[in-house]
Amino acid sequence: MRPLTEAETRTVFEKLGKYIGENIQLLVDRPDGTYCFRLHRDRVYYLSEKLLKLAASVPRESLVALGTCFGKFTKSQKFRLRVTALDFLAPYAKVGHGPELAPLPRPLTAPHGYAPLLQYKVWVKPGSEQSFLYGNHVLKSGLGRITENTAQYQGVVVYSMADVPLGFGVAAKSTQECRKVDPLAIVVFHQADVGEYVRNEDTLT
Amino acid sequence: MAAVRVEAVLAAAEEQEAEKRRSITVEKELELEYDLGNLLAVDRNPPPAAALRGAGPRREALLQALARDNTQLLVSQLWELPAERAGGAGGPLVAQLPEPTFRLPREKPPPKPRPPTRWEQFARLKGIRRKKKTSLVWDEQAKEWRRRWGYRRAGGDPSRAWLAEVPAGADPEEDQFARLRREKRERVARNELNRLRNLARAHRAGSTVPAAPLHPTGHQDRDELRRVARVARVSTASLGRFQPRLPKEPAEPPSRSGGKKRRFEPLLGNLAAERSRQLEMLRDMSSKKPVLDITRAVNKQMRQEEAEAAAANKGKKQSKRGKRGRRQQRPGRSGKKSGARRQPQQQKAAGGGTGG
Repeated sequence: MRPLTEAETRTVFEKLGKYIGENIQLLVDRPDGTYCFRLHRDRVYYLSEKLLKLAASVPRESLVALGTCFGKFTKSQKFRLRVTALDFLAPYAKVGHGPELAPLPRPLTAPHGYAPLLQYKVWVKPGSEQSFLYGNHVLKSGLGRITENTAQYQGVVVYSMADVPLGFGVAAKSTQECRKVDPLAIVVFHQADVGEYVRNEDTLT
Repeated sequence: MAAVRVEAVLAAAEEQEAEKRRSITVEKELELEYDLGNLLAVDRNPPPAAALRGAGPRREALLQALARDNTQLLVSQLWELPAERAGGAGGPLVAQLPEPTFRLPREKPPPKPRPPTRWEQFARLKGIRRKKKTSLVWDEQAKEWRRRWGYRRAGGDPSRAWLAEVPAGADPEEDQFARLRREKRERVARNELNRLRNLARAHRAGSTVPAAPLHPTGHQDRDELRRVARVARVSTASLGRFQPRLPKEPAEPPSRSGGKKRRFEPLLGNLAAERSRQLEMLRDMSSKKPVLDITRAVNKQMRQEEAEAAAANKGKKQSKRGKRGRRQQRPGRSGKKSGARRQPQQQKAAGGGTGG
């Protein structure tokens, strides 16, 4: 377990910035406690200082996971975001759906006066919900709705038509282009979905 | 009685004043020469020679009095310098010393010149002198002035030479290109060896030329220079702990393994510092983003164009007198008809605009 180096922090922030923009400083600088990022076996974890001190006393081989896993670094030092980060990237109050996780602290929601962290949403038709949950990209034929003004390569949260969050992705085309493109083109790249909880049950830390 | 006593008291007080004043005034025949920058005072008055002869307590007392007087004069001069209070109103009074005028002698012996190299000795022997060479040479093939060596040199790029003649008397099976490459490598190596030998000789002879790796040449690459700079920083009495850094040089902690092992920040190190560093990085990253988001601007433009196109289409479909129909602010000539036609078209145009 070690802190992230400068280059690694930059990569992680750039990736997170695609989803929440400048609000990363809400993650870094929280009034209710000191939270930090730590790297353990190529996975990036987000945890409070109290938890960090407890985890520091566990030997390295026996330590499985700590705090919340945001994602992992691949062998070529690219950062892949995991679905376990969804709760920190999407607005929390989502009609009671979503996986059971520890309650988020208040600063990440409205009372701070910031806009909701994630504004770009994509709704997927029921037919291609399952396809997305299996890890495939979203095609134009499966696209239900998309937020206006989505730029290309913008981080988005993927919902089903019933407003259930399914995961997140990256918009492959801007909203304008989405209208003009043919039905078999990819409109949202898959990044993480809640199906991972079942598929990668043993490797998801 | 009382008057006598008062007088006695006054006389005593006056005597005390005189004593005080006497202690700060010194009589000298010749004025002293002062160099206040060096806190130096030179007394050219001849000392009473008879008193200085022979050691003894009288001599000591005389010398002490002389020293005290001269010091008093120097201090009086110092008090006349312009002074100010350092550190605000309550700070100490600091005098501003002028520039020193007295040249102090050398502390260490002057540096010895470096001994001549082997070539320099030979050249001196033979009387060979340096010929100043021009920087540009006329290249007949390219018909222009080219450098003597380096990028785009005269005589073409040696790495692209496609022909290497077999010289008379050489083995026909030998690879000429390989031979040329080998000979160049040998020449370079020999040159380097001789350079190092010269440096070692100079170093041994005790001149102030520094040891080989630290000797700056024009041919060192960036990594070598960085290494040399690190060595130079560390070769101070405090092992480089208080050396100032250049503006863009990163502050790196001294690595005990000499840069071979990767070192990370401590796990539970200063979390507040880590946080501030991350916030700083975020600020940098967000400041670099362009204020005008080009994709959004393009999208907005496309939307507008679409809306206009949709409106234009609807307008054309409506009537032959499309121009009249589309324009919404037009002085009505035939009031009722145009008014009636205008309204449905307005609605349609508005619908087309929002739908597009």
